[in-house]
Amino acid sequence: MDNYAYIALFAVIGVAFSIFVMLLSWAIRPHRPSKVKLEPYECGEIPFGNAWRQFKVGYYIFALVFVIFDVEAIFIFPWAKELLNFKAKGLGVFAFAEMMIFIAILVVGLIYAWRKGVLKWD
Amino acid sequence: MQITLTGIIRLVFERLHIPANWVAPTVMLVASVIVLFFILFVVLYLIYGLRKIMGWIQARIGPNRVGPYGLAQTIADALKLLAKEDIMPAMADKWPFIIAPIIVFVPAYMVYLVIPFGKGGSWVAQDLSIGVLYISAILSIPIIGIITAGWASNNKWSLLGSFRAAAQLVSYEVPLALAMIPPVMLAGSMSLQGIVHAQQGVWFGIFPKWFLATQILGFAIYMMAALAESNLIPFDIMEAESELVAGFNTEYSGMKFALFFLAEFAGMFTVSAIAATLFLGGWLPIHPALSFIPPVFWFLGKTLVLIFVLMWIRSTLPRVRVDQLMSFGWKVLIPLALLNIVWTGAVVLFFPR
Repeated sequence: MDNYAYIALFAVIGVAFSIFVMLLSWAIRPHRPSKVKLEPYECGEIPFGNAWRQFKVGYYIFALVFVIFDVEAIFIFPWAKELLNFKAKGLGVFAFAEMMIFIAILVVGLIYAWRKGVLKWD
Repeated sequence: MQITLTGIIRLVFERLHIPANWVAPTVMLVASVIVLFFILFVVLYLIYGLRKIMGWIQARIGPNRVGPYGLAQTIADALKLLAKEDIMPAMADKWPFIIAPIIVFVPAYMVYLVIPFGKGGSWVAQDLSIGVLYISAILSIPIIGIITAGWASNNKWSLLGSFRAAAQLVSYEVPLALAMIPPVMLAGSMSLQGIVHAQQGVWFGIFPKWFLATQILGFAIYMMAALAESNLIPFDIMEAESELVAGFNTEYSGMKFALFFLAEFAGMFTVSAIAATLFLGGWLPIHPALSFIPPVFWFLGKTLVLIFVLMWIRSTLPRVRVDQLMSFGWKVLIPLALLNIVWTGAVVLFFPR
């Protein structure tokens, strides 16, 4: 019998512990900020400008393909759990072939992306 | 009769005349706190172990001043971090900056919910029937905290580090999930205890029936993805001391930095423990004749061997480039992991267990 309340309990205790150590450290640490201390670190140079600016993400297509493959992995999990049950019912080859078709479609997609040259850093 | 946490708490509550329906919540609370302290203890000595082993590999001595053989070094470091002034840059985004270490630490702790340290229900906090899926879901949360940290710092190094972290995630996450699927197929169960039970027995009276026997490829893929998951060299591109100062945690100091550090080393134990469970039989002995050694020692022994391997790799190899990691993940690891699933399917269907 699963007790999913445990997940919530772990989350609560984790957050409580983090906040507790931060408050503990806040209570005992020195607090003497100065203007120079509060500047962003740029290897000792005087910092210029803001870091919140447009940034060229060189792996945009990777991120899109990643979403597809990550969802695919989630689809494979239930099948993986049930494969032995399918085998016991004599449907093993059928279930296996179905997943092979699914994986084949994804592999075709991967090969297409590869041949199109999007699997490279630009 | 076996002594269990539930038994002890029930006995104490009977003596103190506390209603019996308080037992179950108290057991949960005590178990969670035990796990938390276990993590703190493990991390203290993993850091010490890493420094000693790296010192040994690099022909240095490593920490040897605080306590006998330097054993108290990390405790001193933790106290120092606790008492350190905590600097938040004036231009930083205040609340995301504070919340980011929590987002990174909490999942690292939550994964321990399902890790089976020994035989039976009293050696695992809660053996969820969706264990493997839960792990792969929880393990991908810390990256949100890392990206938050990099963005909130308003520092160019941090921002570069967090973009690299995202790049790293999209390259290792899929192979990691795909490498965890074959043990599920072989065991017909997603619960980690179920997977361990499926690895019982020996072939020809000598070879243990661990999933490693058919999953050498899967194990290799998992370990490579695990190196990336725990930000170890050769895949520590998001922190890369020699390129990015400290990457996403450049601006962090004091206890917030300590939480990142805690999460990183807790994660190192986690990935090794999962590898030991999925591929090396978890708490099962190497041969039934050796089952007089308690299961928890087998589990910790296998995990520590894998941690040693990770540390060994970390102190031996140079760092890869971001684009090298991406093409390695997509052009090598993912095709191999898919191939491994096909191979495992064939094993499940055409070989008797």
